[in-house]
Amino acid sequence: MTLIRGTVSIDVERCKGCELCIAACPPGVLSMSSETNENGYRFPLLESGCTACRACRDVCPDYCFEVFRFDRPVVA
Amino acid sequence: MTDGGRKKVASALAPLQLSGEHHLCPGCGHPVAWRLLLEVIAELQLAGRAIGVVGHGCYTNIVQLADIDFLQCLHGRAPAVATGVKRVQPEAAVFTLQGDGDVASEGLAEVLHAAARGERITTIMLNNGVFGDTGGQMTAASVIGQRTKTSLDGRDAETHGYPVPVADLVASLAGSAYVARGSVNHAGSIAQTKRYMKRAFELAVGGVGFTFVEVLTMCPTGWFLPTADGPGYLDGTFEQTYPLGVLKDCR
Repeated sequence: MTLIRGTVSIDVERCKGCELCIAACPPGVLSMSSETNENGYRFPLLESGCTACRACRDVCPDYCFEVFRFDRPVVA
Repeated sequence: MTDGGRKKVASALAPLQLSGEHHLCPGCGHPVAWRLLLEVIAELQLAGRAIGVVGHGCYTNIVQLADIDFLQCLHGRAPAVATGVKRVQPEAAVFTLQGDGDVASEGLAEVLHAAARGERITTIMLNNGVFGDTGGQMTAASVIGQRTKTSLDGRDAETHGYPVPVADLVASLAGSAYVARGSVNHAGSIAQTKRYMKRAFELAVGGVGFTFVEVLTMCPTGWFLPTADGPGYLDGTFEQTYPLGVLKDCR
């Protein structure tokens, strides 16, 4: 059972594939895609378990993330 | 704003940021520092009177995506130009945005004299230890052992001398009111660096004196590293030479 407190939107076309968000994510729910965007970069994908902590957004040099917190946590 | 049971808690762009598009390399730390700078200016309600003075470097790209006034000057001379701006417009919130090549190598005299005079301006120095814009050459702030395009075997003290700790020099001058050193390689240090910038702007705008914030940033391209290794390299090398924290708070 995973408690999901929030989510992020990811602008995958703006991503340059640096992977800084992957290591920065405390619950470890971001992983890199195997496919690439139009510029040829792999990009992060969100798995369930986001806590809306904003770490990915804060470390991202390419401004890819917006962070949302759910009014009520979702159990997945 | 609540939208279908969810509330946005962080936007991608800072207030005053017109665009998220920039040409900087993957894994660069500069855009993170840009966002902090713009957030601080917005939160202190200084947008209408903020004037930025930039030197030369990759970070100069901020002038194309920030909705505040900027002017660009000769390499390293930003504190001297900012002095003139502040003296003719005393109500303006004047700051410089410079790199370590700009401050430590090209314009050490300008920043030290501006600090000694106690000019009411803020200097933000983004320190990644390379002249990134010109291809990654060593700067006076490169750390011992650092590989750059002009120190391929690593900076060697006997050949290249020792790094210049600009923040420590500025802190030793009576005219400086606030000096701090932060970094942008982890979420926690990013939040701390924003607090440093905020305090620096408050004191300079408040007329207390010259304020200086050094921000250690990643340049994986210039460091010949995979992008994901940038934050760890900063921890293991730069932060050993340049410890984080507040070096000085008011005279």
